[in-house]
Amino acid sequence: MAESVDPDTSRLKGSETQPQAEDETVELQIFRYDPEVESKTEAHFEDFHVQPHEGMTVLDALIEARDEQDPSLTFRHSCRQGVCGSDALFINGKQRLGCKTQIDELSTPIRIEPLPHHPVVKDLVVDMDDFYERMRAVEPYFDPDDPPPGELEERKQSRENREAIKLSTRCIWCGACTSSCSIAADEDVYLGPAAINKGYRFYADEREGEDRKAKRLELLTETDGVWRCQTQFSCTTVCPQEIPLTEHIQQLKRDATKADLKFW
Amino acid sequence: MYEHDVLVIGGGGAGLRAAIAAQEAGADVAIVSKLHPVRSHTGAAEGGINAALQSGDSWEAHAKDTMKGADYLADAPAVETFARRAPKEVMQLEHWGMPFSRDEDGTVSQRPFGGLSFPRTTYAGAETGHHLLHTLYEQVIKRGITVYEEYFVTRLAVTDEPDPNDRTCHGVTALDLKTGAVEGFRATGGVILATGGLGQVYDHTTNAVANTGDGMAMAYRVGVPLEDMEMIQFHPTTLPSTGVLITEGVRGEGGRLFNSEGERFMFERGYAADEGELASRDVVSRAELTEIQEGRGFGDGHVKLDMRHLGEERIMDRLENIVGLARHFEGVDPLEEPMPVKPGQHYAMGGIETDEYGSTCIEGLYAAGEAACVSLHGANRLGGNALPELFVFGAEAGRHAAGVDLDPPAIEVGPDPDVAREDREWPTELGAGGAETDVVPDGRDLEPGALLGEAVAAERERVEELLTGDGDRGHVEVREQVQETMTAHVNVFREGEGLETALEDISDAREAYEDVTVTDPSRTFNTDLQQTIETRNVIDLAEVITMGALARPESRGAHWRAEHQTRRDEEWLRHTLVNWRDGDPELFYRPAILESESVTYEPEERSY
Ligand SMILES: Cc1cc2nc3c(=O)[nH]c(=O)nc-3n(C[C@H](O)[C@H](O)[C@H](O)COP(=O)(O)OP(=O)(O)OC[C@H]3O[C@@H](n4cnc5c(N)ncnc54)[C@H](O)[C@@H]3O)c2cc1C
Ligand code: SF4
Ligand code: FES
Repeated sequence: MAESVDPDTSRLKGSETQPQAEDETVELQIFRYDPEVESKTEAHFEDFHVQPHEGMTVLDALIEARDEQDPSLTFRHSCRQGVCGSDALFINGKQRLGCKTQIDELSTPIRIEPLPHHPVVKDLVVDMDDFYERMRAVEPYFDPDDPPPGELEERKQSRENREAIKLSTRCIWCGACTSSCSIAADEDVYLGPAAINKGYRFYADEREGEDRKAKRLELLTETDGVWRCQTQFSCTTVCPQEIPLTEHIQQLKRDATKADLKFW
Repeated sequence: MYEHDVLVIGGGGAGLRAAIAAQEAGADVAIVSKLHPVRSHTGAAEGGINAALQSGDSWEAHAKDTMKGADYLADAPAVETFARRAPKEVMQLEHWGMPFSRDEDGTVSQRPFGGLSFPRTTYAGAETGHHLLHTLYEQVIKRGITVYEEYFVTRLAVTDEPDPNDRTCHGVTALDLKTGAVEGFRATGGVILATGGLGQVYDHTTNAVANTGDGMAMAYRVGVPLEDMEMIQFHPTTLPSTGVLITEGVRGEGGRLFNSEGERFMFERGYAADEGELASRDVVSRAELTEIQEGRGFGDGHVKLDMRHLGEERIMDRLENIVGLARHFEGVDPLEEPMPVKPGQHYAMGGIETDEYGSTCIEGLYAAGEAACVSLHGANRLGGNALPELFVFGAEAGRHAAGVDLDPPAIEVGPDPDVAREDREWPTELGAGGAETDVVPDGRDLEPGALLGEAVAAERERVEELLTGDGDRGHVEVREQVQETMTAHVNVFREGEGLETALEDISDAREAYEDVTVTDPSRTFNTDLQQTIETRNVIDLAEVITMGALARPESRGAHWRAEHQTRRDEEWLRHTLVNWRDGDPELFYRPAILESESVTYEPEERSY
């Protein structure tokens, strides 16, 4: 079944034959795997050639390959505008959103693989359950100490504070960061950058109250939290929403240290 | 078989809000969604959420603007329920932690939007929908509501009474995308369809690929009328190459439209001498296309939207993501040069006919959000009015399905033997014809479990046929055929002959669909199979949209007819309804309700 696929198979060598493409087409080397279909039970790469046009994204190229050449080619996508987070892929060795990546920015042939460190369900579709599990583990919901001031009245929030949490609220749950993190890959207990950022989003929100804040800090700094981070910055580099993940993790480490000091 | 009190189909804004409301009312509720909730299209909304929050504004003013924007095709009870509840619902989101943009004093900011008499659009940067969707999903997690994600709902299990008004919905069947298994989901209380829009009926749309109008098509085929489907909103500012939306917020903040002669045409050519760029979307879309058709467009057919004069600081504060969208998807830096824009399909004003509590004519079947037509947007939706609709009517449907007692509705639903039926000649045979893929209501007299069992068996058979059939066509070809004719003939400008051609083309597509087979033999995550089933929905909806457009010989809101360029209130202040009648689409009408308890809305000329 899907789980039996070693994520490392996604770094298989490409198919032996690489026919010279006609001048005007772009070559895609796409990862294929299907547990049910005999010719695909063994993970491998297949070559596709698509006609590029101005502004063509990797997602456009995949759609063309599927619609015009092989309807069984499988990948997730929906919004085509970088907001739904469903088409994070491993493109030329880096986690990127297919819809946000112009093909003319890439060296060819373009190699497209599923997100590493997740079980492959089929072709480019991976099982994201583990990622969602980590997100849920940080109690990812607003949870203030006090009830709201009134049915039609907001809890005031300063512009500065809104600015301070702004970047952390942009996460689209694409999974690119966690997939790029070698620590998250090796120990499936580590919360990983996306989940920690989600926790940070509430931790840094001034409306939640001191008790909750302290509890959040505890949760995020427990053994599986921020201290596992080795400041490699890979998450920050790949995040399509440009969230300064490493910075948020560092901030939490600093605050945890300070909070500990208070007790001595 | 899975069983819950309430099943919510769809995990977008409407579905999540409905689920929370049903749970708060004490029901055991589950969400069944073909996408993981945070992938829903609500996340793409940019501009904002309307609600009368400030002193100086009032729900009455919001209602009046909505009625006028709708070109008076809306129902006053729905409009008033909406305008009254929107403030509370928006504040509820704030209480759930939604990161709204803030004023200096820490209160939520509001900004002007097209067609509004007061700046009542709350927003969170230019990524309002993203924050809204995530805030709601967080609450769903907090409450531990069950979510069946990546389950594609394909059919409603409904009793087979001759009159749709007597039918009951007991659940749905869904394809587990990961395994390909068809499963039954039973709802003892109610099924809420919150499946979103139908942009994929067109080839240039701001909508996601998942927006294939599944809920509308499924409800239609079990006998629920679809209402005002010809009312399709085209947004005036989409990027020409992809259809990606540039929010109305850009014009709200002062962005300007220019033609190739450097004219600010909205003013200079008199399309909307007072409001200019902030006139309603239909007005601006027609103005742009007129400019393009008369040779004052740029390149292969667009105009330009300029926001440079707003200054980098203001742009980055309020419209930052627009800069990214233009750069990534069009290769244009809007801080340096104007953006190319043209109209694109954006929103379905019509949908599943419901009353103001989200009920359809079938017992146990509800609808909310863009999939539904509670008759709020009429012939033209105001920007910023769709998001509050999701929570006002999502919450209402959720509560209702959970069994909360409500006053009798003011809005009538369902095929009514007394309403005027339209007996007219269509240029071609419409509806199912001999389609073997037809989906009809299931067994009469069966108890709910057995009924669902029948539905599952029928659906397994359909899937088997699609997977093993020997037809020689793929769904892509058929879907493109529909999209192309809709874009050519049922777009911003419409005329009789073109509409007839479109109906013929759609009928051809229906015939071609008979030969469609799925190439991918696998059960695992078979998107080929999924898209094939969705294509059937696209065909049915395209037909209903076009029928309604052909039958409406006037111009109102987003619906503009070359031969009939005026609004004709004496005859056409009425809703178009199309009823499937076991494969034979039938057209009938219901008057728009312009009176509420307190006010009668007098239609006035929509000048801006
Ligand atoms: C680009 C863009 C910008 C917009 N900006 C604004 C704005 O600023 N202000 C405003 O008021 N409105 C805006 N709108 C309109 C508004 O965002 C939408 O009308 C609204 O979000 C629709 O929400 P929904 O919950 O009805 O549907 P969606 O968010 O589309 O959710 C539909 C859900 O149904 C599920 N689903 C669909 N079919 C099936 C099936 N067969 N089986 C199971 N699940 C299914 C999907 O998985 C999804 O979870 C915008 C729309 C677009 C496209
Ligand atoms: S933090 Fe960035 S990379 Fe990680 S899941 Fe969120 S959006 Fe994706
Ligand atoms: S398709 Fe939605 S993020 Fe790329």
